[in-house]
Amino acid sequence: MPFLEVKNIETLYGLIYALRGVSLTVEKGTITAILGNNGAGKSTILKTAMGLIEDQPDKGTIEFMGKRIDGMHPELIVRMGISYVPEGREVFEELSVRENLLMGAYIRRERAPIKKDLDQIYGYFPVLKEREDQWAGTLSGGEQQMLAIGRALMNRPKLLFLDEPSLGLSPILVKEIFDIIRTVNEGGVTILLVEQNAWMALKIAHFGLILENGRFVMKGKSEELMEDKDVQEFYMGVRLEESAKGYRRWKRKKRWR
Amino acid sequence: MFLQLLISGLSFGSLYALIALAMVIIYKTSEVPNFSQGEMAMISTFVAYTLLGASGQSFTISFIGALIFAAILGVFLEFVFLRRAKDPNILSLILITLGFEMILYGFAGWKWGADQRDLPFPVSDFDIINLGPAVLSYLNIATLLITLILMFILFVFFKYSKVGIAMKATQQNAMAARINGIRTNRILSITWALSSLIGAVAGILLAPIATLDPNLMLDPLLKGFASAVLGGMTSLVGAALGGYILGIIENLFGGYVSIEFKSVVAFMIIVLVLCFKPSGLFARHYVRRV
Ligand SMILES: Nc1ncnc2c1ncn2[C@@H]1O[C@H](COP(=O)(O)OP(=O)(O)O)[C@@H](O)[C@H]1O
Ligand SMILES: [Mg+2]
Repeated sequence: MPFLEVKNIETLYGLIYALRGVSLTVEKGTITAILGNNGAGKSTILKTAMGLIEDQPDKGTIEFMGKRIDGMHPELIVRMGISYVPEGREVFEELSVRENLLMGAYIRRERAPIKKDLDQIYGYFPVLKEREDQWAGTLSGGEQQMLAIGRALMNRPKLLFLDEPSLGLSPILVKEIFDIIRTVNEGGVTILLVEQNAWMALKIAHFGLILENGRFVMKGKSEELMEDKDVQEFYMGVRLEESAKGYRRWKRKKRWR
Repeated sequence: MFLQLLISGLSFGSLYALIALAMVIIYKTSEVPNFSQGEMAMISTFVAYTLLGASGQSFTISFIGALIFAAILGVFLEFVFLRRAKDPNILSLILITLGFEMILYGFAGWKWGADQRDLPFPVSDFDIINLGPAVLSYLNIATLLITLILMFILFVFFKYSKVGIAMKATQQNAMAARINGIRTNRILSITWALSSLIGAVAGILLAPIATLDPNLMLDPLLKGFASAVLGGMTSLVGAALGGYILGIIENLFGGYVSIEFKSVVAFMIIVLVLCFKPSGLFARHYVRRV
C-alpha cells in the first residue's frame, strides 16, 4: 500500500479546471518532486490534498496510510500526520519566531518533547535561534522560509508537503534549505516537494513527476528524468546545440502529448 | 479641581477602555466593529440585576452568572448570525451587528421597560477617601482596580497562554492557523465570548454611576468606539490607552470649557484621528518588506 495515493482527482476553481485527472503515489521514506511551470497546477495539488479548497476535489480520491482524506478539513488532516509548508511561507507575521514554532506544535501536548524538537529546529537553522524573540514579519524571505519549514516540522509529521521552498531565494540559501530537506527526509519524514527549480529538486528527490496544464505528462525516477532531453531543455534550462531549434522544440513538445 | 477631573476622568476612562478592548478583540478576528457590543453589555447587566433582585442571589453569584450569560450571548451572535453570512463584506457584517443591536435594545425595553433602576453594588460611590484637594470614591477605586486586573489577565492570556497565542495567530493568518491544526471556528467563538464578557464587566461597573435602563450603553459605546479608533482599532494596548486618554480629555473639557458639549469630544476625536492619523495613535505595525 502506498503511503499517499492520489487517484484521478479533478479540482475546479469556480468553473475552471485546475487539475484534470491527476494521479500520483508517494512511497514511504522517499522524496517525491512535482515539477512544472508557473500555473501548471502544482500548488493546487497540495492545497487539494490539504483540504484547503472548499468542496474539492470534485472527483477522485486521496488516501493517506490507507485512509480517505479527501473532503476532510485541514485541522483534521494535520492531526493525521501531514504538515504543509505553503507557497509564500505564510508565517504569523506579528508573532515572534518562537511563538510561530510553538504554534507548529499546537496539536501536541507534552512539553519536554516539544522543547527538544524546538532545539532541533534551532540546530537546523541557527539564525532562527538568534531571532527567537523577533516578529516573524521582520525576517528576510529566506529566514521566513526556514521558519515555515521549522513550524511544519514542529508537528512531527509523517508526511511533509513543501511548496516551492526555493522561490525568491539566493542560490546559497537554496542549497542550504535543500540540504536540510534531505536531512529531514533521512530522519524518516516522507516528503512531497513542489518546485519550479527542477535541477535542485531532482538532485534530492527519488521520484519526479512533471505537470502541465493540470495533467502529469511524465513520471519516473529522478535520475531518469535528469537524463531526459526534454526535461533538460524545458525544465532545467539546458540548451541544445541545434540550429533548427524552433522545429525541434515543436517536435519535442509534441512527443509527450 | 484639576486633580479631581483627572481622577474621575481616569475612572470613566477605565470603562471606555474596557469597551474599546472588547471591540478591538472582535475587530481583529472578525474584521467588523461590533455595534451591538453596548447592548450585549446592557442585557448582561440586566441579567446581573435580575439575578440579584428577583432570584435574590449574592452579588458574586450574580456577577459571575452575568459574565457566563455574556459569554454565551457572544458565542450565540457569532454562530447564529455572523457565521451564516455568505461571502460577507464589511458592510453586511456591520448591518448584522446593527440589527442585533436593535433586537437586544427592543428586547430589553420589552422585558425590563424604560424604568430607571438601581443595580445594588457592594461598593458605594458615596464612601470616599480624601486625596489632597480631591476625593476618590470607593467605587472609583474598585473600577480602576478591576479594570487593571482584567487588563493584566488579558495581557497574560495573549502573551503566554496557548489559546491566546492561537487567537492572535488566527487573526493574522487564518489559513496558516488551520494548517497548524488550530480549529479557527472554535477560536472565533472564544473571541466573541471573551469580548462580550469584557463588555459586561464595563456595563456592571457603569450601572451604579449611571442608571440601569435600556439606554445604559448608548453613550459609553460611542466613547468606547472612539477610544478604539484613537488607539488604532487593532491594538489592545492602544485601545486601553485610548480609553484613558478620552476619559481624561473629556472630563477636562467638561470642567474647563463646556459641560454641555462634553459628549461631543468623543466625536471630535474620531473625526480628528480619521483626518490626521487614520491608523490611530498607537497602532504598532512593522513596515512590511517588499
Ligand atoms: N484561488 C484561485 N482562484 C482561481 N484560479 C486559481 C486560484 N489559484 C490558482 N488558480 C489557477 O489555477 C491554475 C493552477 O494554479 P497553481 O496551482 O497555483 O499553479 P502552480 O502552483 O503550478 O504555479 C492557474 O491557472 C491559476 O491561475
Ligand atoms: Mg504554485
